[in-house]
Amino acid sequence: MVAQSRLHVPKTPARPGEAPDFSYLKLSPAGKTARPDASSPSSEVRFLSEGLVRVLDDRHQAVGPWHPHLDPQELQVGLRHMLLTRVFDDRMQRIQRSGKISFYMRSLGEEAVSVAMAMALRPSDMLFPSYRNQGLYVVRGRPILDLMCQLLSNTRDMCKGRQLPVMYHWRDGNIFSISGNLATQFPQAVGWAMAAAIKGQDAIAVSWLGEGSSAEADFHHALLFASVYKAPVILNVVNNQWAISTFQGHAGGERQTFAARGPGFGIAGVRVDGNDFLAVHAATQWAAERARTGAGPTLIEHVTYRAAAHSTSDDPARYRPKDDYERFPLGDPIERLKNHLIGLGEWSEERHAALTAELEEHIAKSWKEAVSYGTLAEPPRLDPQLMFEDVFKEMPPHLRRQEAELRAELAGD
Amino acid sequence: MAQMNMIHALNSAMDIMLGRDPSVVVLGEDVGYFGGVFRCTEGLQRKYGEHRVLDTPIAEGGILAAAIGMAVNGLRPVAEIQFADYIYPAYDQIVSELARLRYRSAGEFYAPVTVRTPCGGGIRGGQTHSQSPEVLFAHVAGLKVVMPSNPYDAKGLLIAAIEDDDPVIYFEPKRIYNGPFDGDPHKPAVPWSTHPTGEVPEGHYTVPIGKAEITRAGSDLTIVTYGTMVHVSEAAARGLGLDAEIIDVRTMVPLDTDTICSSVARTGRCVIVHEATRFAGFGAELSATVQEQCFWNLQAPILRVAGWDTPYPHAFEWEYFPGQARVANALKAVMEAS
Repeated sequence: MVAQSRLHVPKTPARPGEAPDFSYLKLSPAGKTARPDASSPSSEVRFLSEGLVRVLDDRHQAVGPWHPHLDPQELQVGLRHMLLTRVFDDRMQRIQRSGKISFYMRSLGEEAVSVAMAMALRPSDMLFPSYRNQGLYVVRGRPILDLMCQLLSNTRDMCKGRQLPVMYHWRDGNIFSISGNLATQFPQAVGWAMAAAIKGQDAIAVSWLGEGSSAEADFHHALLFASVYKAPVILNVVNNQWAISTFQGHAGGERQTFAARGPGFGIAGVRVDGNDFLAVHAATQWAAERARTGAGPTLIEHVTYRAAAHSTSDDPARYRPKDDYERFPLGDPIERLKNHLIGLGEWSEERHAALTAELEEHIAKSWKEAVSYGTLAEPPRLDPQLMFEDVFKEMPPHLRRQEAELRAELAGD
Repeated sequence: MAQMNMIHALNSAMDIMLGRDPSVVVLGEDVGYFGGVFRCTEGLQRKYGEHRVLDTPIAEGGILAAAIGMAVNGLRPVAEIQFADYIYPAYDQIVSELARLRYRSAGEFYAPVTVRTPCGGGIRGGQTHSQSPEVLFAHVAGLKVVMPSNPYDAKGLLIAAIEDDDPVIYFEPKRIYNGPFDGDPHKPAVPWSTHPTGEVPEGHYTVPIGKAEITRAGSDLTIVTYGTMVHVSEAAARGLGLDAEIIDVRTMVPLDTDTICSSVARTGRCVIVHEATRFAGFGAELSATVQEQCFWNLQAPILRVAGWDTPYPHAFEWEYFPGQARVANALKAVMEAS
């Protein structure tokens, strides 16, 4: 007879067949959180890690001290970047279902996190993304065609066929290679920032991971090293509520916000409405100013929702209510910015529909060109000999021998 | 030329590289003010400042990750992991990140990090301060792995490692930091000043990564070994009066198979000696390579001498250590086989 377990197991608010329940989310009205000076010591800004920075209110008006007062033109650019990200994601999802690419991961519902942040940063700032930050590439101007060629592992694949789809990199755009092993980029970004400080560079490092990955030791190494050396870095926890099937309570979010881990390390923590483009932009500016002026690193928690499946290999209907996202209290980032611009008289449903059609056309054209460079199944194909390159800077003898063996094998010798 | 033990030689290599190249930084636990628990970084922080010789938190994974990030931003970090036994928290950063960054980014990003770490037993370190985990790194595509056996090579290989654009895992056999060791712990310690390789140039020079060295030419058989066991093997062969050819592997990856196999092709007999555990140890790779390339020249089975396949026991250190008696048994067996 086993005694009754007294182990605490975090509760998942709603599973399939149950009504969505977001009563666990601590929210506060837009405009109510104070904006301390960016040079404030971390000990004086602890409230930011428990509150919620919001700018857009329920009527889509920008209010309060975090209002970044961006030009409407800049907001339109932000809307376009988010929409392009979404249209691209949507198309790639459908193409994966048709079998042309092996795998895909959408950022549906989280577009503001990448797009608003990248727009608030400088091009020289070094980005260390996770696998759900494709908006960074959109903002920094990498042609969608190049991303598609990576997804196809074709003859124009930037990774030369070595990486799973979406594991992009872009040295000239200052975007680091995506690993696939979770959270490893977090402390690497801190190391990059330490070097920037040692070298006297103005550039800062920025990294992202999901709240689920914040359980990894790398997360704690990153915060510790960032704190110890006051590294010029912004560390972002994208709290999209779900790590595949596991609710954020199992990553430690049940009794404490993820942002509150910052103050535990002596780092400023900011909890921001991740679906509010203006709030994410404003929090990024604040954190970037801290980093650039030597006031120290910032941990930002973006409260958002993973509206799509974890990946094309996942079916969220098996572990969460079907209509969960529709009930998410922070809404959709594109809808909110769109309605804000409409309220300003700077946008309309017609323009939105026209832009959507234009971007869909762009994606369709890019795809047509991308497949002309080959797919996993159709020629032209990358030369398999490429697999032996870049293991080392110069190919050592044992790899030269293996390369020759493969060449003979392929020639049927 | 100066007299140096291995600690001085390693220190001199870092000193020279910190002086020559402003992108070189040294980081690790206790490496700064204190100069390292084995004194390898002594005086470097005083000379180059605490922004280039950094004391770090006790977080090996963090040290490696920070080093990778620094390297991506143009620095050339030399990270010390205080004992090889402590390297496992950094294993993911080494295997999944450091080793594969150049590959996965098709050459756009790379991280020229050198990881220095003391390994091996014979210092009463028990199972957490005595391990030789070189094969765990040799098995990983994208890492260079080296282990010197004397002060001259130690300095030249470390400078070569720091200058190398690929990551290098640099193992330091700590039992021979202060002097060569023939495997007999009851004899008085011998300093490096008694050994020709204790003569070390004060300036810059390199020993190439990827080249083994024949430390003793001979014709009876070939002993393939590295680190501390180079000296134990020499003593064992001498004790038996054998004219052994002794090859110090020095670099496990990339392996100098030509030097090893052309020697075995001449002698026809081969014994492989390392301190690490035997099962799936680096000796297995050496043995397989020699067998594949020298099969028709072999006059006897290839034998391996290694640590037992147990953790390194504190009280039974010398029964565990593959000393002269164990090496000699293998040498005799290989010589007696027809």
